[in-house]
Amino acid sequence: MAASDNGTLLAVENLVVEYPVGNKTVYAVSDVSLHVDRGETLGLVGESGCGKSTLGRAVLQLRRPTAGTVTFDGIDLTKLEGEALRRMRRRLQLIFQDPIASLNPRRRIGDIVAEPLVITGVTDRDERDLRVRAVLTAVGLDPDLTMSRLPHEFSGGQCQRICIARALILEPELVICDEPVSALDVSIRAQILNLLEDMKRRYGLTLLFIAHDLAVVKAVSDRIAVMYLGRLCEIGPTEQIFTHPAHPYTALLLDAIPVPDPSVKPAANVPIGEPPSPIAPPSGCRFRTRCPRADQRCADQVPALREISPGQLAACHHPLGVAN
Amino acid sequence: MAVLEIDDDTALVAPVAKRRKLGGLFLCAVAWILLIGLAAVFAAFLPIASPTDMDMLGKRAPPSAAHWLGTDSLGRDMLSRLIYGARVSLTVGLLSSVIGVTVGGALGMLAGYFRGRLETFTVGGVDVLLAFPPLVFLLAVLAYLGQTVLNITLVIGVLSIPAFTRVARAVTLSLSEREFVVAARALGATHSRILLRELLPNVSLPLVAFFLLGVAVTIVVEGALSFLGLGVPPPAPSWGSMIAEGRESLDIAPWLAFLPAGTMFITVLAFNIVGDTLRALTDPRPGAL
Amino acid sequence: MTNPPLLSVEGVSVELPTPRGQLLAVDKVDLEVAAGRTLGVVGESGCGKTMLSRAILQLLPKKAALSGRIMFDGQDMVQLSPEALRRLRGPSLAVVFQNPMTSLNPVLTIGTQLIETLQAHMGMAAPAAAKRGIELLAAVGIPAPEQRLRQYPHQLSGGMRQRVAIAIALSCEPKLLIADEPTTALDVTVQAQILDLLAREQQRRHMAMILITHDLGVVAGRTDEVAVMYAGRVVERAPTTTLFSHMRMPYTAALLAAIPKLDSPPHTALPAIAGRPPDPTRPLRGCSFAPRCSRADDRCQAAKPPLDTADHIGGQYACWHPLQPAAVARA
Repeated sequence: MAASDNGTLLAVENLVVEYPVGNKTVYAVSDVSLHVDRGETLGLVGESGCGKSTLGRAVLQLRRPTAGTVTFDGIDLTKLEGEALRRMRRRLQLIFQDPIASLNPRRRIGDIVAEPLVITGVTDRDERDLRVRAVLTAVGLDPDLTMSRLPHEFSGGQCQRICIARALILEPELVICDEPVSALDVSIRAQILNLLEDMKRRYGLTLLFIAHDLAVVKAVSDRIAVMYLGRLCEIGPTEQIFTHPAHPYTALLLDAIPVPDPSVKPAANVPIGEPPSPIAPPSGCRFRTRCPRADQRCADQVPALREISPGQLAACHHPLGVAN
Repeated sequence: MAVLEIDDDTALVAPVAKRRKLGGLFLCAVAWILLIGLAAVFAAFLPIASPTDMDMLGKRAPPSAAHWLGTDSLGRDMLSRLIYGARVSLTVGLLSSVIGVTVGGALGMLAGYFRGRLETFTVGGVDVLLAFPPLVFLLAVLAYLGQTVLNITLVIGVLSIPAFTRVARAVTLSLSEREFVVAARALGATHSRILLRELLPNVSLPLVAFFLLGVAVTIVVEGALSFLGLGVPPPAPSWGSMIAEGRESLDIAPWLAFLPAGTMFITVLAFNIVGDTLRALTDPRPGAL
Repeated sequence: MTNPPLLSVEGVSVELPTPRGQLLAVDKVDLEVAAGRTLGVVGESGCGKTMLSRAILQLLPKKAALSGRIMFDGQDMVQLSPEALRRLRGPSLAVVFQNPMTSLNPVLTIGTQLIETLQAHMGMAAPAAAKRGIELLAAVGIPAPEQRLRQYPHQLSGGMRQRVAIAIALSCEPKLLIADEPTTALDVTVQAQILDLLAREQQRRHMAMILITHDLGVVAGRTDEVAVMYAGRVVERAPTTTLFSHMRMPYTAALLAAIPKLDSPPHTALPAIAGRPPDPTRPLRGCSFAPRCSRADDRCQAAKPPLDTADHIGGQYACWHPLQPAAVARA
């Protein structure tokens, strides 16, 4: 899927998100730059607390960035306010991790899916009804059986289909999927991943796919970005990241995935310890406290993102597979 | 290769039995509230004696065909006084709780949704109102404005605002974190739309349940005020003042105090039962395992 | 497998009353674990794996009805008095739950929780218990254990909390440890550490362990035997290597195939399992997996296949039309 010739749809530049918790500051996202091309899926991976969800919400301006710009189709979203921002939002949609919590328990499915149309001023009831039926059918649900029911009557997988329907009804250009399958069972997870791929083709979507599971991200992404403690470690084409990871963190993340094959013994080099708190990130390279390759330079200097191979960038003083 | 799976069994999770077991106790409570309420509303049309007509020859008469529940120490018909007393008790109970639930509910929702300075201000105001000795406040206001049903209702209503604000704010706070609210924001919904369509339906049921408990509490408060002589001035009947009057003849005619006390007891209990049942039903999902 | 089983679960069923009717959470399950062995129990949510672990621990909800026998170390747990059970839990039988935030008491320090367990079950004096507590925390890989003893659960990270929960579970030298989704709430890199820790302690103490998980990847490298559960029943059971090399039950194979593979190229459509697990309050007459199974026929709809011993390879499966070992080429 060569999509990069279609131009950039979303560009995030030097994004910083910090917010206070009590009298301390959480450095959730620190100086992250990345871009997503039209028609592409960018996978964003990292462990909990690495700022990937915050980044997703900062793109949508649900949490206002502290600094930096978010340019969508040439327009800087961080400069927009009020009505202009609301109008913009229908072109960017969000799908959440917990499908049940993201549906209002007291509203009927028909109303929930029609809500985006009501908000954008589609006043014709029949037209709304028609479009709700079309999108519900597209996500694999029978409109006659679903529209008059309440969310609690559906399973997690079905609720996620409903959420996808709600996100797609306005035919957005960019959909940010925030861990859309991590709350689902394995057999249901595959259904939803296939559905997302199918919807991407049918609606010509661009996806920012946030997840903690590298295998899930690999299944859907053209390029992958790896985040650690608020910073971007590595970004590059999916195959390259998996076969030749340059950042030690990416490599360790890959090793830590349990493989469903008893002949593959669990990797011996699991990372030491746990991620530090984003309230007090280490100086220099933030991964240095767990990195087997760290030295004094890593503590003193923040490594800049630099090109390792075509399209693959890593922020590391001692990247893997590269002779220093 | 489209691997889209149209669920062949969109039969969903098996539907829950529609009728929820409400129980006989709940139905009795509703029936009692309806009975008292209707009697109070249509008191003027009921074939009962006037609540203020005195019969000096038939003082403290036991129940008879003419006076079903007997007469009080001034020979007034007890049944009639109970029914007219219900008017005062229910008016004060319902109206002041309505004031509390509307003002308090709105303040609480706004504070819980917008947070920030509005929340600090609201919570501060509520704390001040809670810290103020209620009886002193009541005495002061009633002394200046006069002991009318309207004034009593207003004062108790204002005093009940803090409790409703707290409930509404707590519920809204936890709901605002939920993803469906974030989803509505991401769709570009306006604040008023989120408050009215997403939050209000979820906040209202716990508030209604709390409202009914508030009515019960207010009826007792009104009774206590009347008992202390701060309620509706005589000769208009109210349950509290009837108890106070009956107290003087507890040894010779105990029913004069016990009848209004019992009526108040059952009414308050009924409101509590209905409120508790509704609160248990607050969750739209069927009861947990 | 020469050891006599430490725990044997014989024909255990658990029924729960729900607003929608009786729910058969566990349906005639047989399992056994010997000392020094690890049994993996795999299944999706609602398959009854958690209810099964609760049944073994005798910690079922009050309304649940249990039938069958649970023989632990020569005693039938179902017949034991509450007092005898209490003495058994802790010293002989310990458990690690999924969420370490809720399984630790938030208002007591780590030290208090750990030391009190030692005092209560092991009859240790306070100074000895404190010393042992520090050793245990160090053993589960917690740095600076002396200081940790004075901290509260919320001051620790998720992985550290799970390590504390494991230390508490191990404190009484249990013979059997039940780990119920011990790493589901944790990050991948931390998950690997916790699984390693559990495996190491299990080996060192010659404990029996039941590892309950939804992830076939977790059981693959770290168990001796695997039982796959679906809709309350064990549908396939085999030594781990046999299970993965000679998968017989179509459900197990489909579950494995549905996991995204690291070595397949991006945008590969996953072989998803259509539909959803059956409603446990409406048990099917035939095989519970039949509605989602590509091999199902009339016989599968009509009768439940029993859990039979498979040929010569030491596995068991419940299927009328098992996959032939050759047919399961590496997915």
